[in-house]
Amino acid sequence: MARLIMFAVLAVIILASAVFCVSTKRIMRAATALLFVLFGVAGLYFLLDYTFLGAAQISIYAGGITMMYIFAIQLVSKRTLQGLSERWLGKRTFLAAFIALVGFGTVILVLLKNEVLRHTVVNGDSLSNEVTMETIGRNLMTADKYGYVLPFEFISVFLLACIIGGLVILNNKKKEESK
Amino acid sequence: MFDFSIVTKWFDELLRVTCGLSNFWAVLIECVVVGLAILLAYALLAIVLIFMERKVCAYFQCRIGPVRVGWWGTLQVLADVLKMLIKEIFAVDKADKLLYYLAPFLVIIASVGTFSFLPWNKGAHILDFNVGIFLVTAISSIGVVGVFIAGWGSNNKYSVLSAMRGAVQMISYELSLGVCLISAVILTQTMQISGIVEAQTGPWQWLIVQGHIPAILAFLVFCIAGNAEANRGPFDLAEAESELTAGYHTEYSGMGFGFYYLAEYLNLFVVAGIATTVFLGGWAPLNIGLDGFDAIMNYIPGLVWFLGKTFAVVFLLMWIKWTFPRLRIDQILKLEWKYLMPLSLVILVLMTVCVAFGWTIHY
Repeated sequence: MARLIMFAVLAVIILASAVFCVSTKRIMRAATALLFVLFGVAGLYFLLDYTFLGAAQISIYAGGITMMYIFAIQLVSKRTLQGLSERWLGKRTFLAAFIALVGFGTVILVLLKNEVLRHTVVNGDSLSNEVTMETIGRNLMTADKYGYVLPFEFISVFLLACIIGGLVILNNKKKEESK
Repeated sequence: MFDFSIVTKWFDELLRVTCGLSNFWAVLIECVVVGLAILLAYALLAIVLIFMERKVCAYFQCRIGPVRVGWWGTLQVLADVLKMLIKEIFAVDKADKLLYYLAPFLVIIASVGTFSFLPWNKGAHILDFNVGIFLVTAISSIGVVGVFIAGWGSNNKYSVLSAMRGAVQMISYELSLGVCLISAVILTQTMQISGIVEAQTGPWQWLIVQGHIPAILAFLVFCIAGNAEANRGPFDLAEAESELTAGYHTEYSGMGFGFYYLAEYLNLFVVAGIATTVFLGGWAPLNIGLDGFDAIMNYIPGLVWFLGKTFAVVFLLMWIKWTFPRLRIDQILKLEWKYLMPLSLVILVLMTVCVAFGWTIHY
């Protein structure tokens, strides 16, 4: 019961913010609405007892990605991104409606097949299947079955490459400027 | 040691058995009561901290501070609160009203959110997740967005400038803050706040003693980074009143400004509280291995220990604030990226080596 109510509240927040995000003309408001969508999704993770995933969602998306968007908005001039609007009636409407329908169909199919809603949201009041930090850490760092050490290392190398690449690009620009 | 879970269990029994409420209503009532208690403690602590700041600041500057309102100026802060509550709230022309009104709430949500993680006593943890300390850092990052949106929504160039500075500074210092917490987690083997405190009970078990050199370094880096994270001390460049006219909250009046003011002081308290929890043993009493001494120390309730240690750290941070001159923005960023960040990574490695080889102090 309590979970169902919380789910309804979160769903309303997510949907309303998402609609506001794509329909508002002011870019900063859109970024803020996106932040609330991400918070709502984090709330859903908490509802499902995936606390680590929820914390990562808040920390990475709210603290990282949204701030990056905001800084990117700051880097362009104030006028270019303000008041942008797009006509939505036209050929592309059909395509968009088709893609939306496919997405909707997939979600419905998954819901019906797995009965997630009934198991975890409606009946799951007393149930707590929180995965401990220890399990997650062990799985991330082992090379056994269900161990994720290889992708983990790949991602770290990839991120390091991104940082070095950024520095190289910046350095070239600085050299050009000084010439 | 007084265990607060006796009180919570009694309250739960009262609702469920004596009043015969169902699970849903019992949990709902408990949540409302706990929420009210958090907000009450938040407001009371803010008043205490503001008064403390005024007096400490005054004594560091060889003044005596507020003395006119009430005995020794004790009612001064209450008068200020009253003034702030009855001020008119107005928005600037052409400001983005929605963001302007939203921003203080984001800042206060981040502040209250991290505040409710503090362990007050044995059995008196309010939010006690498995991922506790990670979630604290995650929630504190919401405040950055609030600060930035405030500057942007105010339609004031000084505010935007200050918001940029504040956001850059807070994002930078979050890194070494997080790394210091991780080095503490290595030592305690758990991220759960109650588990971290539990690992520090017993003679000479506070992390700062247990982890000796790396833990002391981590505590110092944590205090510096925490001071910067709360936009205080020598790092209060974001609100630089002489050049940016109070920064991102220039255009706020009444409770809008009040929220920023509250959040600033409570962030100070939260930083001190987390430093206490992680490095100084939270509510764990000072035990030195002599039975008689330990027994006496254990009679003092955990709440007193926690508040005492936290206020000691708060005093330390205020001391730093009123002693050191303000840094320039490039100096602030240099301090973080060139000194604190590498240092905290070195601490992390050092701590891992110490724990791996068993070079920690166990009485």
